[in-house]
Amino acid sequence: MISLFASLRGDRAGIILLILLLLATVAVPVCNLVVPENSPVHISTFTMALLGKYLCYALLAISVDLVWGYLGILSLGHGAFFALGGYAMGMYLMRQIGDRGVYGNPLLPDFMVFLNWKDLPWFWHGFDMFWFTLLMVLIVPALLAIVVGWFAFRSRVTGVYLSIITQAMTYALMLAFFRNEMGFGGNNGLTDFKDLLGFSLQSDSTRAGLFIASALALAFGYISCRYITRSRLGQAALAIRDQEARLRFIGYRVENIKLWIFTFSAMLAGLAGALYVPQVGIINPTEFSPLNSIEMVVWVAVGGRATLYGAAVGALLVNYAKSFLTVTFPDAWLFGLGAIFVLVTLFLPKGVAGLFKKQEAHR
Amino acid sequence: MKNQLFALPLACGLLAGSLLTSGAQAADTIKVGVLHSLSGTMAISETTLKDTMLMLIEEQNKKGGVLGKKLEAVVVDPASNWPLFAEKARELIEKEKVAATFGCWTSVSRKSVLPVFEELNSLLFYPVQYEGEESSLNVFYTGAAPNQQAVPAVDYLMNDLGVERWVLAGTDYVYPRTTNKILEAYLKSKGVPQEDIMINYTPFGHSDWQSIVADIKKFGSAGKKTAVVSTINGDANVPFYKELGNQGITADNIPVVAFSVGEEELSGIDTKPLVGHLAAWNYFMSVDSDANMDFIEAWHSFIKNEKRVTNDPMEAHFIGFNMWVKAVEKAGTTDPKAVQEAIIGVTVPNLSGGYSAMMPNHHITKPVLIGEIQENGQFDVVWETPGLVVGDAWSDYLEGSKDLISDWRAPLSCGNYNVVTKTCAGNKE
Amino acid sequence: MGQHHYRALLSLVTLPFLLLVCFFPAVAAQTATQESFEQGIHLLKSRKFQEKNRAVELITDSGDPRSMDVLQDLLAGKLFLLRTDQTVVQVKSAKGGYAVTGVLQQQDLGTLQTRQLKKITINNALRGALKSGIAKINLQHPDPGVRANAVESMLEEITADSVQMLEELKTKEQNKAVRRELETAIAISWLKGNDEAQKLKALDTLSGSLTPVVRNELKKITTQENSEAVQKKALQALHTIEAKVKWYAKLETLFFGLSLGSVLVLAAIGLAITFGVIGVINMAHGELIMIGAYTTYVLQQCMPDHIGLSLALAIPAAFCVSGLVGVIIERSVIRFLYGRPLETLLATFGISLILQQTVRSIFSPLNRSVITPEWMTGSLAINPVLSLTTNRVTVFIFAMLVFTTLYILLKKSSLGLQVRAVSQNRAMARSMGIHAAKVDALTFGLGSGIAGIAGVALSQLTNVGPNLGQSYIIDSFMVVVFGGVGNLWGTMLGGLSLGIANKVLEPWSGAVLAKILILVLIILFIQKRPQGLFPQKGRAAE
Repeated sequence: MISLFASLRGDRAGIILLILLLLATVAVPVCNLVVPENSPVHISTFTMALLGKYLCYALLAISVDLVWGYLGILSLGHGAFFALGGYAMGMYLMRQIGDRGVYGNPLLPDFMVFLNWKDLPWFWHGFDMFWFTLLMVLIVPALLAIVVGWFAFRSRVTGVYLSIITQAMTYALMLAFFRNEMGFGGNNGLTDFKDLLGFSLQSDSTRAGLFIASALALAFGYISCRYITRSRLGQAALAIRDQEARLRFIGYRVENIKLWIFTFSAMLAGLAGALYVPQVGIINPTEFSPLNSIEMVVWVAVGGRATLYGAAVGALLVNYAKSFLTVTFPDAWLFGLGAIFVLVTLFLPKGVAGLFKKQEAHR
Repeated sequence: MKNQLFALPLACGLLAGSLLTSGAQAADTIKVGVLHSLSGTMAISETTLKDTMLMLIEEQNKKGGVLGKKLEAVVVDPASNWPLFAEKARELIEKEKVAATFGCWTSVSRKSVLPVFEELNSLLFYPVQYEGEESSLNVFYTGAAPNQQAVPAVDYLMNDLGVERWVLAGTDYVYPRTTNKILEAYLKSKGVPQEDIMINYTPFGHSDWQSIVADIKKFGSAGKKTAVVSTINGDANVPFYKELGNQGITADNIPVVAFSVGEEELSGIDTKPLVGHLAAWNYFMSVDSDANMDFIEAWHSFIKNEKRVTNDPMEAHFIGFNMWVKAVEKAGTTDPKAVQEAIIGVTVPNLSGGYSAMMPNHHITKPVLIGEIQENGQFDVVWETPGLVVGDAWSDYLEGSKDLISDWRAPLSCGNYNVVTKTCAGNKE
Repeated sequence: MGQHHYRALLSLVTLPFLLLVCFFPAVAAQTATQESFEQGIHLLKSRKFQEKNRAVELITDSGDPRSMDVLQDLLAGKLFLLRTDQTVVQVKSAKGGYAVTGVLQQQDLGTLQTRQLKKITINNALRGALKSGIAKINLQHPDPGVRANAVESMLEEITADSVQMLEELKTKEQNKAVRRELETAIAISWLKGNDEAQKLKALDTLSGSLTPVVRNELKKITTQENSEAVQKKALQALHTIEAKVKWYAKLETLFFGLSLGSVLVLAAIGLAITFGVIGVINMAHGELIMIGAYTTYVLQQCMPDHIGLSLALAIPAAFCVSGLVGVIIERSVIRFLYGRPLETLLATFGISLILQQTVRSIFSPLNRSVITPEWMTGSLAINPVLSLTTNRVTVFIFAMLVFTTLYILLKKSSLGLQVRAVSQNRAMARSMGIHAAKVDALTFGLGSGIAGIAGVALSQLTNVGPNLGQSYIIDSFMVVVFGGVGNLWGTMLGGLSLGIANKVLEPWSGAVLAKILILVLIILFIQKRPQGLFPQKGRAAE
C-alpha cells in the first residue's frame, strides 16, 4: 500500500485530481442530502447521478489510456469490457427484484416470463449473491481480455490490425447480446432495478453511496494505474510502445507484459461498467456498439494521452459538453461534438493536458 | 508546472458551476417536456413527433393555454441513447419541473425512463404502438396495444382474403417477439397447424433480404394462400420491400401486412412495387373526416411544407395531448396525482371522425383500420372494425399474462392484478 | 368467400365460355356480350367489393372488345366515376387535369379536375381477379409470350374438366413454347382425373418440370393415390425434381453470396485505397458513400422524367461530389496527420459526425426515396425455381466494372505509378521528383470518389438516409483488413468470399448468428495471418 501511494510522488496533477475527488466524495453527498433544497449550494439528485455517471466514464477512460497511452494498443473494444461488467451487475440487480416484477415470478426476470422461458439459464445462477457478482464483474472482462489478448499478442498482431480485431470483438458481442435467445433481454436489456444490497435504488442516500463508490473507484483506478506505469512492468510497457522488436530481442516476454496490462485494464473497465449500471438504471446491447468504443478513445485524446489524469479530465469534459449541448442546441450538437474531435486532433495533439504543459514551456 | 495545476480545478469548477445553476422558474407558464430523439438512429421517426408536439402546444396557446397559463415546450435530445433517455427524463422532471412529458418511441426507451417517472411521480404520454405487457400508474399508452392492431389485421387476412399459411417476420426485439408470440397462439387457437406458420427474426437495419425473401417465396408456393405479417422495424423495411418487388412477390399472390410502416416510412420508399400491400393502424392520413382535414392543414402550415405526411403516432400525440389538457382543466391543477385521477374516462375526438376515451388501464379506445398502399404513398382504407377497440394491457394469449388485469381506479389501483390469486403482483407498495 | 375459391370458380365459369367465344358464330353471342359488359360496368359503381368482383366476372366473360382495356385501367387505377352523374370513365393525365372518356359511349368529356372525379378503388381480392381475368383474355393474345404467361398463370386453377378446352387450345396453337406450357397444363389436369394410364403418361411429361404447382400436385399424389404404380412413379418424379431444386438452391445461394459480396466490395474498395494505399483510417468513409447516394437523389429530383438517365449521370456526379469532399477533408485535416494513422481515425470520426448532421439539416432526418428505373426492377427468370433479381445482377456487374477500371488505373496510368511509389516509400518517391502532397490529395480524392459511386449503387438497394454510412463502415474495414491492406485483389476476393460465406451460413444459422460467426472467423483469421489474405510484400508491410 505504501508503494502504491509512493508512486504519486511528483505527480501534482494526479494529487490534485485525488484531492478534488476526495472533496467531491464528501461535498456532493452532503450538498445533496443535508443542504436544504432551496439553498444555492444544494446539488440535486439529477446532478449527483450525472456526476456519478461521469466518474464511471472517467474510470473507463483511464483504463483505455493505460493500454493506449502506455502500451500503444489502440483498443476499439473497451466498450465490451465496460458492458460486460455492467451486464454482470445488471444480472445481480435483476435477481434482486425477486417476485416484485410485473408477473410476480420469484425466480425469472420479467422478460423471460413473457418469452415463456421455464428455467433460469445456467449462466444466471449465482448472480443472486453480491460477492459472486463482484467477482464476475472483474473475471468476465478479464477472461475475454485474456482470450483475445493471448491469441493476438502471441501472433504479434499490432497497430491497426489489433484495433480492428477489438472492434470486431465488440461488434460481434453487440450482435450477440441483441439476440433474444441469448437470455440477456435482447434490445431492451436489463432495467427496472429495485435495490442494491437491500438499499432502494430510488432513495437519495443510495445514490449518494453509489456516487461515493464511483469516486473511490476512480481514485483507486488512478492510483493503481499510476503505480503500474511507475513499476518495472510499466517501464517495460513504455518500451514496448516505442520499440517492441528491440525489447523482444533483449529477451523480454513482450506478449506476457502486454497481456497483464491489457487484462488489468479490462478489469478496470468492467468495474466502471458495474458502477455505471445502477446509476443510470439500464444496460442494453448498444453499450457494445463500436461507436461507443471510439468515443472512449476520443475522451482520452481530448484529455491528453499517456497522462492518466488527462484521460479522466477528457471524459468529464466531453461528457459534460454532450449533456450541455443536447439541451442547449438539440438540433445542432453533433456539429459541436464533431468539431471538438477534429480541432483537438489537429491543434491539441497532446490534449487538454498538453495545452497546459505547452504554455508552461513557453514561460 | 504552475499552469498545469489549474487544469483540473478549472475543468471541474466549470463543470460544477454550470451544473449548479438550474434555470430560474418562470411561474406564469406550464412546462411540457418533449422527449424525442433528434439525432441518432431514431431521429428519423421521432423528429416528426417533436414537431407535432410543438404544433399542438402552439395551437393550445392560441386558444389561451391551460388554466389561464401559457404552455412552454421543453425540448431535449436523448440522441437515441437509452441511458440518456433516463437521464434526460430526470432532467425534465427534476430540473425543468415539467407538468407532463410526451415522448419515447422504442420500447427500450420507455423501459429506460419508466423507473424515473415512477420514482419522481410524473406523467409520460407514450404515442407508439407497442407490445403491451405493461401498465404503469405514470404512463399513458396512446398507441395501439397488440389487440388494437395485430389481432384484427390477422382476422382480416384470414376471413376476407382466405389466408391459410402465415409468415411472421420481424426484427429481433421485444415488440415483434411478443406480437408474434401472441399471433402464433391466436392462429393456433383458430386451427392453423404449426407447419403453416413460419417465424423469422432479423437484426436491426438488416439490409440483405435475398435469402429470407427467397424462403418466403418457397414457403408461399405450397399451394395455399400465404400472407406475411411484418413487424420489421424502420430502416430494414426499404430493402425488404425492394427485394419483395424484385423477386416477384406482389400483393395479390403474397400480401404483406405491416404494423410499423406508415405514411412517413413510405415517403422514403419508391411505392410502385408495393401497391396493394397492407398496413394496420388506428389512423391513416387518407381518412375522410373533418377533424383530419383540419389537422393536416394545421400541420402543413406549421411545418411550412405541403408535402409532409401525417401518421398514426402523430394522431396518438394529438389524442394524448388533448386528453391531458382536458384532464388538467377538469382537475384544476397540473399536479400529477390529480391529473391521473381526472384523466380516466376523459373522452376527446380522434382524427378518424370518432371519439377516444382513456380507460382505467391507461390505454385508450381506438378504431382499427386496414389500409392498402397506393402508388402515391398513401393508404386506401379497405376494412375497419365496426366499433372502437379497447386497448388491452395484458394479452389473453400469453401464458404469463392471461390472468392479469389493470385498473388504476381506487380501490384496486393496480397495474397487474392477478385475478386467480387475487393479488397485485409486483412492484406497487 | 376467399380469393382462392373465387378464382377456381371463376375459371370454371370462364373456360367453357371462352370456347363458346372462339368456336361459335360470333353474331349469336353479340347481344349477350354487350349486355353483360354493360351490366358489369354498371356494377362497378357499387361501393361493395363483392359487387365489384361480380362486375369483373361479367366484364371478363362478356368477350366484349373493350373489356381488356377496362380491366387494365381498373387495375392501374385509371377508372373513375364522375361525381355528378356516376358515369364510369377512363382517364389519362393531361395538361391541367385529366382527359376523361366515357367507357360505354366512348364519348370525350374534356379535361376535368380531381375534385370532379372519384376513383373506383380496388382491393387485393379484386386485384387477383383482375389479373386472372386479364390472363384469360390473353389466351387469345397474338403475342406468344403473353399466351405462354397466360397459360402459366392459370396452372393453379386447372381441374380435371379442363382437359378438353386445353386440348383444343393446343391443336390451334402454333408456337412451341406455348404448346409446351399447354402440355404441362394438360398433364396436370390428367393427374387430377381418374384414368391410371393417363396419369402415368402425365407423370412422364411432368417429371422434369420445376413449376411449384407440379411439385404440389405430385406431393398430393404420393400421399393420396390408390394405384401403386402411379404412386411409385410420382415418387420417382418428385425425387428427380427435388434433386434439381436442391441443385438450383445451391446456385441461388451462390448468387446471393456473390451479390452480397459485390456490395461489400463496392463499399470497401474506396477504403482499400485511402486506408490501404495512403494509410489513413477514414471513419468518414461511410459518409462519403452516403453523399454519393444523396447526389443520386438530388439528380433524380432535378429530372423526374428521366430516371434512367439521372442514374447514369449520378455515377460521374457522385464521383465528383464525394471526391471533392474527400479532397477538402484531405487538404484541411488529414494532411496534417500523415504518419499518425490512429489520429486520423479520431479526426475523421469527428468529420463523420459533422457530415451526418449536415445531411440531416439539409435533407431532414427522414429517408429519401430514390426511384429504381424500370429496367432494374424485377428478375431474370432462369426457371421457375431460380431467378436472379435484376438490380442485384446490375450491381454485381457494376462492382466488377468499377474494380477493373480502378485496377487498370492504378497499374497502367502514371497517376497509378506515382500513387504506388508514394505508398511504398514516401521519401524515395519524393526524391525522384514526385509531388507527394498532390498525389496524396488525388489518391484520397479517388478513394472518396469511388465511395460516392458505391453510394449510387447502394441507393438502388437500401435506404438513403443519414445513417446509411454508419451501417457500412465496419463491414468495409473488415473486408479491407481481411483481404490484406494495400491490395485491391485482396479486397475483391475478401469481399466476395465473406459474402458467400455469410450466405452459406445464413440458412443454417439465421442472419444474426451468421454475421457473428463471420466476425469471429475474421478475428481468428487476422490472428493467424495478421496481414490478411494477400499480404503486401517487402519491408513496407511492417
